[in-house]
Amino acid sequence: MMDPVAVVADVLAAAVGIATPLALAATGETLAERSGVVNLGIEGAMLFGALGGAIGATVAGPAAGLGFGVLAGVLVAVLFAAVAIGAGADQIISGTAVTLASVGLTGTIYRQFYGPAGVGLSIPTLAPLPIPALSQLPLVGEALFAQPVTTYLTFLLIPLTWWFLFRTRPGLALRAAGEDPVAARAAGVPVRVTRVAAVLAGGAFAGLAGAALVLAQVGTFTERMTAGRGFVAIAIVVLGRWNPVGAGLAALLFGLATAAQFAFQAAGLDVPYQLFLMLPYLLTLLALAGVVGRVKAPASLGRNGD
Amino acid sequence: MRGDFRALVMGAAALLIGLLLLAAGLELAGYDASAALAALGSGAFGTWQAFTGVTLVRAVPLILIGLGFALALRGGALNIGAEGQFYAGAIAAAWMGVQAAGWPAWAALPAVAAAGWMAGALWMVLPVVLRLRFGVLEAISTLLLNFVAEALVSLMVLGPMQEPTGIYPQSAPIAEAARLPLLPGTRLHAGFLVALLAAGGMAWVFARTWWGFRLRALGEGSRAAEVSGRVPAGRMLALALFGSAALAGLAGAFEVSGVSYSLYQNLSPGYGFTAIGVALLARLRPSAIVLTGIVFGALEAGAGAMQRDAGVPAVAVYVVEAAVILALLLGNAAARRGGQRAVGADAAGGAA
Repeated sequence: MMDPVAVVADVLAAAVGIATPLALAATGETLAERSGVVNLGIEGAMLFGALGGAIGATVAGPAAGLGFGVLAGVLVAVLFAAVAIGAGADQIISGTAVTLASVGLTGTIYRQFYGPAGVGLSIPTLAPLPIPALSQLPLVGEALFAQPVTTYLTFLLIPLTWWFLFRTRPGLALRAAGEDPVAARAAGVPVRVTRVAAVLAGGAFAGLAGAALVLAQVGTFTERMTAGRGFVAIAIVVLGRWNPVGAGLAALLFGLATAAQFAFQAAGLDVPYQLFLMLPYLLTLLALAGVVGRVKAPASLGRNGD
Repeated sequence: MRGDFRALVMGAAALLIGLLLLAAGLELAGYDASAALAALGSGAFGTWQAFTGVTLVRAVPLILIGLGFALALRGGALNIGAEGQFYAGAIAAAWMGVQAAGWPAWAALPAVAAAGWMAGALWMVLPVVLRLRFGVLEAISTLLLNFVAEALVSLMVLGPMQEPTGIYPQSAPIAEAARLPLLPGTRLHAGFLVALLAAGGMAWVFARTWWGFRLRALGEGSRAAEVSGRVPAGRMLALALFGSAALAGLAGAFEVSGVSYSLYQNLSPGYGFTAIGVALLARLRPSAIVLTGIVFGALEAGAGAMQRDAGVPAVAVYVVEAAVILALLLGNAAARRGGQRAVGADAAGGAA
């Protein structure tokens, strides 16, 4: 039997690690949804971000990997924005198609780049950067202050996005586009441009999330490796009540549900691991039931013909 | 009729765009594109055996799930979780098929199909409750349940349903009596005929019944209602979603009782998503879904041959499928600028 305090600290640290890409993607999607656009293509953007991260890191190191990931995510978002905003097609179907295309393209490019042998263990990854003193704190020290740079970046981007959305004029314009596009346009807000910008920002976040997944968490790229994390991020946006801080907390909840298996293992309980694969999705669904209806979505979310 | 012709031209154009994109991409990536496309074509249509035993076999789940997607969308709902319902159906069918040892075929076959059908519908209970009681979008809930279903398959084939030797991650083979008969001279199972019947039945329901008429009306007007948080005609919506899920569950049952004869992981190469393209390309019309299901079945069949003979990853075909969907969305949007839900409204208007 392990020391319970150490077990809790381990679970917390793992939860924060697992939550990082989800929180990043959900923060970006919060921007898009606040502007009135649901982008199911962020699953594809994340997958492309993951591949971009792997390739960038292989070519020029992990920092370049993050940059490549962001770029790849933005490119996927451009495709989605062209179809869903440019042409005004159904957002959910467009997003699904963009994700499907991303699965095909990343699978093909990946084999083209790495050959049949795959990326293996050859990519340089982002090691945890413990912050002196703080990382020695009991319980939360490791979880909050001994993480890879991507997690610190997330700590920074969440409040920054909150500030942008709720304390700046462009943030106000973005929310107006999502609440009442007609009134927003009358007030001089370029609605389509705003939505495209929000979706591209969301793509950048999703790309960064994918790169973080590869470089800070998994350490390698595999086909379809995002395994629905982009879709989970969309649920997390709702759980977080379309607020970046809420999204960060909801992502942490998902991370805890996933990391709970380490506690069970440490306690010596023999529970099939697949139950822990299901648990976060089921919890997310139940949490959605508790949240939706009590909070208001951006009024014109998902609607095109403005 | 003019609408039909336009739809046919647009569909063919979308397909052509998809294939051209694939060819261009392959050329760029340094593959021999013409050899790859030739392999794709011969893998899908090269021989009678390839056509019936691979293309049409792959078309069966695509037609069934495509019909289900159309049914839900006609009711104004998006079932993006067919993959999960397919697996729920496959699990139930494999379980029933193993139990059916010693049964006569007339009992075993319907039992297996019904198990899959019901399990698929059961997989939809949570999304329907979440939608009607709590207003959670079914697109998100069905999508999340896909991952639960995949984990459940893994749990089953490594746990309670694992084959007796406990070596392989798959279920025991289903009883002989539970295996669908093959059409004479082919490797195509009788589920194909059921898929055709389902398409005919759904065409009749859409065109001739009051229920189909109301479903259409609901689908056309529901988007605005949905977004504003008001849940439209709950029972119709629930029925459309349950029917949609049951068809996906049936597809899973047929895959087990007609093709794999046991349950294992990755039984579906993404049928649930490919079928969205199948339904959209057919503009949600049941009779056209048979045709587009075969077209996408050919793509999937050809993808395997392309990987084998030309070394092109089979997943590249997803790019074609996605390009077809996107090209159609763009075409529809251009055709009816300013329309609210181009695809659904188009199909509903066209079938009237």
